[in-house]
Amino acid sequence: MLSVIDLEKTYETDEEALRGVSLEVSDNAIVAMIGPSGAGKSTFIRCVNRLVEPSAGTVWLDGVEVTALPQDDLPEVRRDMGMIFQEFNLVERLTVMENVLSGRLGYVNVWQAYRRKFAPEDIKRAYELLERVGLKGYENVRADKLSGGQRQRVGIARAVIQRPKILLVDEPTSSLDPETSRVVMALLTDIAKEDNIPVLINIHEVSLAEEFSERIVGLRKGKIVFEGTPAELTEGVRDHIYKGSPISEDSPVKETVSTTEVPNLREIDRAGIRG
Amino acid sequence: MMQAAATDDKYVWERYDSRQRLVRYIAVLATAVAVVISWTLLDINYSYVATAPREMNDLFSRMYPPNLAYTGEIVAPLIETIHISILGTALAVVLSLPVAWMGANNTTPNKATYSLGKFIITVSRSVNVIIWALIFVIVFGPGALSGVLAVGVRSIGFMSKLLAESIEEIDHGQVEAVVATGASSLKTVIYGVIPQVKPAFVGITTYRWDINVRASTIIGFVGAGGIGMELTTSINYFRWANVLTILLTILGVVIFSEVFSAYMRRKVS
Amino acid sequence: MATHIEPERRTWEPPTAFANKTVKWIVYAVIVVFFLWSAWGVRISFDRLLIGLESGANLIQSMFPPDFGPRQLNLIRIGMIETVAMAIVATVIGVVISLPVAFMAAENIAPKPVYAVGRFLISVSRAFHELIVAIIAVKAVGFGALAGILALSFKTVGFFAKLLAEDLEDIDEGQIEAIRAVGGSRGKVLLYGMIPQVIPRIVGLTIYRWDINIRHSTIVGIVGAGGIGITLLNSFDRYEYDFALAVIIVIVAIVLGAEVLSAVLRRRVQ
Ligand SMILES: Nc1ncnc2c1ncn2[C@@H]1O[C@H](COP(=O)(O)OP(=O)(O)OP(=O)(O)O)[C@@H](O)[C@H]1O
Ligand SMILES: [Mg+2]
Repeated sequence: MLSVIDLEKTYETDEEALRGVSLEVSDNAIVAMIGPSGAGKSTFIRCVNRLVEPSAGTVWLDGVEVTALPQDDLPEVRRDMGMIFQEFNLVERLTVMENVLSGRLGYVNVWQAYRRKFAPEDIKRAYELLERVGLKGYENVRADKLSGGQRQRVGIARAVIQRPKILLVDEPTSSLDPETSRVVMALLTDIAKEDNIPVLINIHEVSLAEEFSERIVGLRKGKIVFEGTPAELTEGVRDHIYKGSPISEDSPVKETVSTTEVPNLREIDRAGIRG
Repeated sequence: MMQAAATDDKYVWERYDSRQRLVRYIAVLATAVAVVISWTLLDINYSYVATAPREMNDLFSRMYPPNLAYTGEIVAPLIETIHISILGTALAVVLSLPVAWMGANNTTPNKATYSLGKFIITVSRSVNVIIWALIFVIVFGPGALSGVLAVGVRSIGFMSKLLAESIEEIDHGQVEAVVATGASSLKTVIYGVIPQVKPAFVGITTYRWDINVRASTIIGFVGAGGIGMELTTSINYFRWANVLTILLTILGVVIFSEVFSAYMRRKVS
Repeated sequence: MATHIEPERRTWEPPTAFANKTVKWIVYAVIVVFFLWSAWGVRISFDRLLIGLESGANLIQSMFPPDFGPRQLNLIRIGMIETVAMAIVATVIGVVISLPVAFMAAENIAPKPVYAVGRFLISVSRAFHELIVAIIAVKAVGFGALAGILALSFKTVGFFAKLLAEDLEDIDEGQIEAIRAVGGSRGKVLLYGMIPQVIPRIVGLTIYRWDINIRHSTIVGIVGAGGIGITLLNSFDRYEYDFALAVIIVIVAIVLGAEVLSAVLRRRVQ
């Protein structure tokens, strides 16, 4: 279970990207985080595995306080968090198989990493995963020869082979066309369900979030302003997340935007989590 | 109104052009003056200039035909030349890795190491291989060892500079993904950085080896081993046919190394 | 498809550039043996390195502080003036010779036999190190700056003509067509269609080559072809290592200065 409490991040540029964000992702939940560009979604995900150092707040993963770990212990906890990137971030000049196996780098020593000596069961699992993501027979193809969709499939396999306790997914489909986006999302969520991995996923396309997630979190200017099921994400709420427009109580709001504002939606949501 | 604006524009445009032309004239004039002054400063003996073509001709007629019987004798120095170029390049490879790592702004640990990296690169690059050879001959005595060190030390700057540039150009996203899997920093370098830098590395190494083959032919002039020693001896004893044999041999080796290094660079991409 | 029985694939070999493992190990073995042979041929030994370290320390000690005394400064000044002057003159002479050679070596301009001659001239000039050229020039015309100028001019041709020929080959055909269309002769085509297109490039390359010639003209003196090189060699021969260091420092300064100046000038031209 991932539990984040009052996470804050202020960059050196004095940009307050996160202003006290609390969130829990438990069991095998699929949680989507939506929000306008610059809301702090990527920053949040990167603070969880400390690719970005949070300014304040705590992150817990299955009883380990990630934010309390010294720098040297980070690799060990990162092994338990699989990450999937918007730009895929495959090592372009390595083969598909090498990229998938890089998910096991936390379990081999330096010499083995250099010689690409991974445990036989990891190699077996890599073959299974490649088949699962539909890339059977691609193991010796170099990553730079793949299409965007294929690359993201490798990205998924690389994250899943870690046997992570959570998948952190940052806009997995922004570099893909709409059709491929849906296929990749379906694949990702199916695998997560099969393997019982909870998923925290940043996503731009609200429709994909609604279709593939069980819980949606709305982030705006570094704060959570909505948290609920896809059904509760009415158009009014959406406008509130994306445009900051005030929100009426009798949602779903349609064409007109009501002027009566819910005093502080975020407080309600916070109460909801804590309660 | 329109008319006036048009003339105005034209006027401005013309003046700009004439100023440019002026700059150009001044540049040409300055160059000409520099050349004339340089020529006078050099104090060249004109009788030598006049006889130069004849002397050249004379020299080449004495060189031809090359002494083919001599080829057997230059095999050993030739092999030594190749050894020097390869060992020197290998030495530079080993030493340029840490220097490049220090001299690349995205991998250097801190400001001091960055400056140190840049300093090593500058010093190594701006001192010619023959000067390095002079120095190493004093330290290690005449012979190929001094040549290897001269070639190696001279190559560090060149290789580190290009290598540092290619390190600075790597895609950070790929590195980050490897970090995110829980790889330690050394494993990250092995898996995320080296694959990205490898083609540049091979290219730079073979390119520098190609240059070093040429360098290895001349460091013998100051006693640092290789075929250059043989060449000076032949010249000093006026064995011109032997000189031509050596020159042709060098030509062959240089062409071979150029073709080989171009092939390697094409192969690894 | 009955024959297509997929075995359970559990093993995976990391990709390798070689055909198979045996080939790979043979190649590695050959490389190792070659290096051992080289090291042995060069007679690298631990003792020699140790002795070298000691005499290296001695050398550094006798080099510091660098000797910039009045007599030394004067020698450096004379040598440096000759060095810079040689580089300037050789650059101009070299460029003037290079221009026709470049046109000869441009495939789209020159007829085949002429092209072959042009390429040959370039190859010969590029093949030999500047010191080899210099040592031969010294034998032909005697010690001094004239030999240096000859050597540097000769080396300039290979560099300059090669790069310029490549530019001429990439030239915009449209402009040449335009001149041909109005009935220009071959000479006029060159004059009006090509030269204007490559003038900035010629200027840029000239400045660049001047910078390289400065580097080379600091060392050709080592074989007697004029410039500061002879001063450096003499200082070493007389064991005046502190003076040698002074000369090296000045050489480095001039080389770096020329590099910066050339970079600045080239940026202005472009
Ligand atoms: N490395 C950084 N240094 C300084 N400011 C940063 C940095 N990274 C992000 N920011 C700023 O922090 C804020 C949040 O950025 P973040 O990338 O987390 O947003 P996001 O919700 O992921 O946006 P997008 O949908 O565009 O990916 C933005 O204002 C951004 O400019
Ligand atoms: Mg983002």
